[in-house]
Amino acid sequence: MSGGLVLYDLPGPRARRRQTMLAIVAGIAVLGVIALVLYRLNQQGQFAAQLWDPLVNPSDKDFSAVWSLIGNGLANTMKAAALAITFSLSVGTVIGVARLMLGKWSRMPVVGFIELFRGLPVVISIFFASRVLPDMGVNLSNWPGGEGLWFVVIGLTAYNSVILAEILRSGVNALPKGQREAASAIGLSGMQTMGLILLPQAVRIMLPALISQLVVILKDTSLAAVLGVYPELLNSAKYIYLNLNNPIQSLIVVGTIFVVINWTLSQLAGWVEQRLSRSTRSPGEETDDEAHYIIDTAEMRQ
Amino acid sequence: MRTKALIALLAAGALALAGCGSDSTGGSTSDPVKSVDTSTFEAGSTMAKLAAAGTIKIGTKFDQPGFGLKGLSGAPEGFDVDVAKIIAGAMGISADNIEWVETPSKVREEVIEQGKADMVVATYTINDKRKERISFAGPYYVAGQQLMVAADDNTITGPESLKDNPDVKVCSVVGSTPAENIKQYLANDSQLVTFDIYDKCASALRNKQVGVVTTDNVILLGFVAESDGGFKLVGDQFTDEPYGIGIEKGDTAFCEFINTTLKDNEEAYNQAWASTAGAVEGAAAATLPPADACA
Amino acid sequence: MDAVTENFDLFLSGYWTSLKICLIALIGSLVIGTIIAAFRVSPVAPLRWAGTTYVTMVRNAPLTVLLFFFAFGLPEIGIRGSYWLFGISALIIYTSAFVCEALRAGINSVSSGQAEAARAIGLPFVATLREVILPQAFRTSVPPLGSVLIAMFKNSAVLGAFGVGGDLFSVSETLTSARGYAATPVLVGVAVGYLLITLPAGAFLAFLERKTAILR
Repeated sequence: MSGGLVLYDLPGPRARRRQTMLAIVAGIAVLGVIALVLYRLNQQGQFAAQLWDPLVNPSDKDFSAVWSLIGNGLANTMKAAALAITFSLSVGTVIGVARLMLGKWSRMPVVGFIELFRGLPVVISIFFASRVLPDMGVNLSNWPGGEGLWFVVIGLTAYNSVILAEILRSGVNALPKGQREAASAIGLSGMQTMGLILLPQAVRIMLPALISQLVVILKDTSLAAVLGVYPELLNSAKYIYLNLNNPIQSLIVVGTIFVVINWTLSQLAGWVEQRLSRSTRSPGEETDDEAHYIIDTAEMRQ
Repeated sequence: MRTKALIALLAAGALALAGCGSDSTGGSTSDPVKSVDTSTFEAGSTMAKLAAAGTIKIGTKFDQPGFGLKGLSGAPEGFDVDVAKIIAGAMGISADNIEWVETPSKVREEVIEQGKADMVVATYTINDKRKERISFAGPYYVAGQQLMVAADDNTITGPESLKDNPDVKVCSVVGSTPAENIKQYLANDSQLVTFDIYDKCASALRNKQVGVVTTDNVILLGFVAESDGGFKLVGDQFTDEPYGIGIEKGDTAFCEFINTTLKDNEEAYNQAWASTAGAVEGAAAATLPPADACA
Repeated sequence: MDAVTENFDLFLSGYWTSLKICLIALIGSLVIGTIIAAFRVSPVAPLRWAGTTYVTMVRNAPLTVLLFFFAFGLPEIGIRGSYWLFGISALIIYTSAFVCEALRAGINSVSSGQAEAARAIGLPFVATLREVILPQAFRTSVPPLGSVLIAMFKNSAVLGAFGVGGDLFSVSETLTSARGYAATPVLVGVAVGYLLITLPAGAFLAFLERKTAILR
């Protein structure tokens, strides 16, 4: 709803005054809770310099080792996420188009594939990649980046490609029927209609959703650490606190890194969304709503 | 990782050029074994192959302080790691040419079966179920399960007192052998709390969310030493956990080589213990247990 | 498949535990998610800020990090409880952020005439939301909500590493690492266990989606 859904009347002067009071009271309450938490943490010695220094003080002897570990983990996380999103996108397009173009019965295997991988926990997909592929004689150890990276990428792709396929499908379905009809009317084949008319519009609508899915993929790379196959960011945090005994501090730092990166990506998604809705404002109000609805919800399908 | 592989490759190439009979002294001064005659290995044996390659892949834990913990600089450290270095050294492979493979408990058998590691040294208890899939050399250490409680706790005196105190939570690692063993001593299943690593159990004991942590005594001693008198061990050890070295099933020659190597290097073995898991206060000196027959 | 048949009762109890966790978390996250969604569209600016902050913080952090702060942060500031409680609370908090966003998108898709009509007949904000907007929003949000809840069931696997034992994933850990069973059959068993829930849930959702579809 780009115009903004107005669920309430604009507050008058008295309501505004009341809200200001409420904001101040709530603000004080929140500050009070934060102060209490900090006080308690301090009491438990969680602000001791030896716990924080390796993370925040450049002159600490472990500082450079700690941050090169974090940097490595971050680079690995980004690498796996970037590859996984690329592959998920291409595989997802193929699956999505197959589901849209095939007949009711011939698309059954595709639907089965989608349902299967949508229902499997990603941890299990990654495990299967690391276990079943070598059994089938597929040797990934010579691939650039090592086999661990590819197990993660394959496991993430198996799951996210079907999610992206579904996003794309709803994108195509949300397009006005006239688009497809007009394409047929000028003599385009089914494949041409899909490739030249429908997909470009669907992808355009879904671009923010695709970026949002990157947030999910980025977070899911951390599942690889459970199997010990890939040294990503959360894994780095584990080695840091096992060596330095500062779990709370390390996870605050690494958790913040995750939030900042993912928040930046979400903002990027929002920015792309805004740009697109400005340039493609369609006269049909329903499709506009529908597109928004899909964009808003796509990032939750994880 | 890539540079390591590159070094290994270069080293292998150099070895091949110099001919197989040459002995490698290794670059690192910390190598427990200084020089070895690798020409005595029977052709085609695992030792001959590894010695010729000049590099070895060894599976160990990366998150077990005292035994195998990845340090901030990237290389793992601990008793398992040092034992592995002794064995690699006996094949003329220096510590720099070892490729460490992270091997959490649940994939240890897989790592060996799929050849991702030539051997696994990872607080790996020898048992019959595992022997169906892999072979063990050793044991190189016999640990035993024990209980750790807060220093001011006098209610829990051993595993027998757990049933009488059903409110006291017992912590171990999810899916681990100690978690399985302790179940028979508990009042009910919900008395057991599990995490993915023991470090979290120690944190839980410190903030009094659990009353007892149980696993192999050597691991617990590490936490006792770290706690500045906050924790203590209680009761006797109630299991025997012989740690073995996992190798490919049926590789008897490699198994015998490992057993002989450990016996011939007891000094290095004792030193390895004293500088890692044995360095904590209250740890007894390790003695190399007699090896099982290789089958 | 010996691993599964020999330990069938263990699988069954793990299945039951996972299901129990998810039923509780499902109700909890729907309730909290709805409240937060109401915050995010409310006329009171501080509530909107609070809602936005909540969603931004929770949605962008990995579940493992959130679980860690519940299990080890709370006791540190003097809040005690069972790990069962901590684990489920973290799962509820995490999922509710996604539920909130699914609902908010649903609310946004309700045409503005509905809200205007409600206001025109004099309904205040809460009544507008409760009587007019939310019932329609819930219907539009069925597919994404379903995906969120299915994802929650799968996410519950992580709880096993945070003091909540006995769920489906912990069972697989016990069999593969302590008892030395081959991993593939055990994981096939666990995967089937998850699919037994997620496939019917997916089918039910598709049915619900067709049933509740609003023609606009």
